[in-house]
Amino acid sequence: MPPALCVSCKTERALIKRPKNHEKLCKTCFIRVFEDEVHHTITSSGLFQPGENVAIGASGGKDSTVLASVLKTLNERHHYGVNLLLLSIDEGIKGYRDDSLETVKRNAVQYEMPLKIVGYDELYGWTMDQVVETIGKKGNCTYCGVFRRQALDRGSKMLGIKHVVTGHNADDMAETILMNLLRGDLPRLSRSTSIMTGSDASDVKRSKPLKYAYEKEIVLYAHHKKLDYFSTECIYSPEAFRGSARSLIKNLERVRPSAILDIVRSGEDMARLVPGAVPDACGCKGKAAAATATDETDGIGGCGSAAGRSNGGEMAAMERQLRENSAATEKGLETEVSLPAVASSTSTNSGPAAIKPKTELKRAGQVIPIVPRQKLGSCEKCGYMSSQKLCQACMLLEGLNKNRAEVVL
Amino acid sequence: MAPNAEQLAMAKEIKVVIEFSGGLEMLFSDKRHHTLSLPAKDIAGSPITIAWLIQYLCQNTMDDPRSELFVLDQHLRPGILVLINDADWELEGEEAYEIQDGDNILFVSTLHGG
Repeated sequence: MPPALCVSCKTERALIKRPKNHEKLCKTCFIRVFEDEVHHTITSSGLFQPGENVAIGASGGKDSTVLASVLKTLNERHHYGVNLLLLSIDEGIKGYRDDSLETVKRNAVQYEMPLKIVGYDELYGWTMDQVVETIGKKGNCTYCGVFRRQALDRGSKMLGIKHVVTGHNADDMAETILMNLLRGDLPRLSRSTSIMTGSDASDVKRSKPLKYAYEKEIVLYAHHKKLDYFSTECIYSPEAFRGSARSLIKNLERVRPSAILDIVRSGEDMARLVPGAVPDACGCKGKAAAATATDETDGIGGCGSAAGRSNGGEMAAMERQLRENSAATEKGLETEVSLPAVASSTSTNSGPAAIKPKTELKRAGQVIPIVPRQKLGSCEKCGYMSSQKLCQACMLLEGLNKNRAEVVL
Repeated sequence: MAPNAEQLAMAKEIKVVIEFSGGLEMLFSDKRHHTLSLPAKDIAGSPITIAWLIQYLCQNTMDDPRSELFVLDQHLRPGILVLINDADWELEGEEAYEIQDGDNILFVSTLHGG
């Protein structure tokens, strides 16, 4: 085929065919268009305020690296006036996270941003290497996902940061929407489509500036700008490639590339249909109802990491999600489960959770009638937001610490 | 004269650089760059294409048994991007692109879940 010319400048050879509209662009025009679209997302959603300190959740992978590069470029070009820094979580996986953190350290130098690294061992007293030694590879992604989400918030609080941006892209969003749709989880569907989420009980808000960017374009942007990023699969989840929802998304994209953004838009439309006054609504009820009326220019209050009432049901649902798509869990997508009271009872009776003795399950079952509705509060142990006495991470830690005590004996 | 010319054409080889990234190098000896000498024509006498190259890589270069991470149903797995001399393969004819001497072909996976 004779080389096509860029439709924008009509002088350079086209190197990229955009998935969303099939436009053929040269390298320079593609980079410009990509950056302008991210800028449009940022301004139309009002993500940044002048003087704000913003932490970029940095893993060293392509999404967070592109996010850091783009935000630095746009902050300088359009004068958002925000202070950017990199926030990394060290799960303590030798041969994987220590290598990716080296990439983040290089990024910090290249982009001239301060870097803060928070380790699992620092927050929880356990590294993922130790967790896997204790419980094996099955289910360890559940621990890591729960720990990581909380770690990002707690790391931000340590630094006095109130805004965390993550590199979730349109493909990630479409994947999450499909998963929640297939599970019939309408409250979570609403949260999963929000570009900015936060909670009345939490000082830290989250946003996703790359929400409408295709993964293909993120990869090509990184390639053409020769960005330094790390890509090796986590050694504890070698089958992460095969997440079902992710494979479905990629096959849909193959047939019709615009399907990905179509799913994201559909998810947003469905989210507007979710009534604000659901029976198990949290303290964000009023804010959520008001927010859904607006056209997503306001941040929609979510339940954050509100835990389900039943420990057993929660663990069972988390395991189910893990099997459905462990890749999503690892990317830090939400792993919380919120079940109505009846379902909680059923789940409790279905059998004991792996790390919970039967007596505690019985006690948890008895608590259900006393607490008919979830109320977002604070964990007794660490102060993090939770609708239970203990937050998810502390519950998981209790199980681990019991195992550890036995080992010591 | 004709048979000699034909034999000469059949014996011709082309050099291409194959690159893997996004985690794909894991399937190919953990090497990102592979320089290969390939026949200019396939067994049917037609110029070799990307489709031919994908099969060749699976049979000769891949050293990991999980070929399904690279190929599904005789086609490249969706989610893997191909750049031919830095240009999107969708602009160059995709699997039907005829490989030229000195080409640089990059396979980037977006399926990495680590």
